[in-house]
Amino acid sequence: MRAFLPAYEMETPQDLAAALDRLASRPGVWKPFAGGTDLMVLLEAGKLPHKKFLNIWNLGELRGIAVSSELVTLGALTTYAEVQRHEILTREFPLLCRAAAETGSVATQNRGTLGGNVANASPAADSPPALIVYDAEIEIVSASGARWVPYPLFHTGYKKMSLQAGELIRRIRLARSHAGWKQYFRKVGTRRAQAISKICFAGVARVEAGRIADVRIALGSVAPTVLRAVRAEELLRGQRPGDAALQAAQDALGAEIAPIDDMRSTARYRRHVARNLLGEFLEVLAG
Amino acid sequence: MREGARKIRVSCVVNGTAMSFDAYPMARLLDVLREELKLTGTKEGCGEGECGACSIEMDGALVNSCLVPALQAEGAKMRTIEGLAIGDSLHVVQQAFITHGGAQCGICTPGMILAAVNLLARHPQPDDAQIRDGLSGNLCRCTGYRKIFESVVAAVRPTERRA
Repeated sequence: MRAFLPAYEMETPQDLAAALDRLASRPGVWKPFAGGTDLMVLLEAGKLPHKKFLNIWNLGELRGIAVSSELVTLGALTTYAEVQRHEILTREFPLLCRAAAETGSVATQNRGTLGGNVANASPAADSPPALIVYDAEIEIVSASGARWVPYPLFHTGYKKMSLQAGELIRRIRLARSHAGWKQYFRKVGTRRAQAISKICFAGVARVEAGRIADVRIALGSVAPTVLRAVRAEELLRGQRPGDAALQAAQDALGAEIAPIDDMRSTARYRRHVARNLLGEFLEVLAG
Repeated sequence: MREGARKIRVSCVVNGTAMSFDAYPMARLLDVLREELKLTGTKEGCGEGECGACSIEMDGALVNSCLVPALQAEGAKMRTIEGLAIGDSLHVVQQAFITHGGAQCGICTPGMILAAVNLLARHPQPDDAQIRDGLSGNLCRCTGYRKIFESVVAAVRPTERRA
């Protein structure tokens, strides 16, 4: 059922400080609204729980990509299109660019934002696995201050995250420390474009003298949150990327994921494909 | 205090003409274009950003107008299917869709053409993969896509002969 429009308010704050004051004035009542690619879908379905929205789309403090010698810092309103166009991201953080290119359509990529993808907290989102393997940090701001949070710890349960009422995601930063690392990303969906993932896999590893010196792996759509596969990583560290290491890591991965049957796929298919993607990742590391 | 929204006045530029309209802040831009501005060329397909039928350009970027709230149109420059032809002279992409059978029932056509025109603005000479990628957010249930793809190829490489 379509929404009753007069019930929904939307205001445009002058700047970030005004937005944070508004959020603090009635905690949990005002909901930030950026590109609308998730919230407008809920509105149309009559399932939008909030009634008051803050239009943050034009807030300059949440825009732009800043590069220093050690960090790339992305404003929360950075769109998927902007991610793909950025030269340094393309070169050093290809998994994030791949995720951005495979999220929705051109039109969605022009409006969908990284901050929105994080705050929507879908376990099927495609940019979070890449952000996790790059060990991203996110800056949370409120009227009373700011804090940086390690992104791998941000999502705490299905649609739950360490974001309090009155808080807003301001920036996401990535350390430029993956030169020479091998990187792998694969999204498996019903069709090549415009599909929500059945499963999504991101992996980075540093290989030295044929052994995996360090590795980080994250998957989407296999658990209540986007998941970092810490047990599989542990088993792979120090190993050569061959059959023996793969078998053990696949078993560990199978034990730490918790996929379900839903409209997009089945638990059985997701388990099978998760093992295969880990295998493909190790082939990249061996190659 | 009264809860709920009042209509707001939004000023924008559509197809080169300054316009304003009154709408609830979260009204869909799609509905505003069709019902307030009488620009019914923009179509509704799915209403949830999956099909691309309602595609328009907003400040040069392709967007699904069903997912843009009216308030965010304030100050925007927009282009719809009505803004492509100059008088009786059709845009090269429009003409190619006619010549090469890129349109059948017509519901996806305005969005498909906006997606193609926007692609050409970003890549004036797109290769086949770029054309497929540029159209991948627009669904069609009539043509099987081949004639749409060929229409865009014809618009960008008019001399090319394809089997």
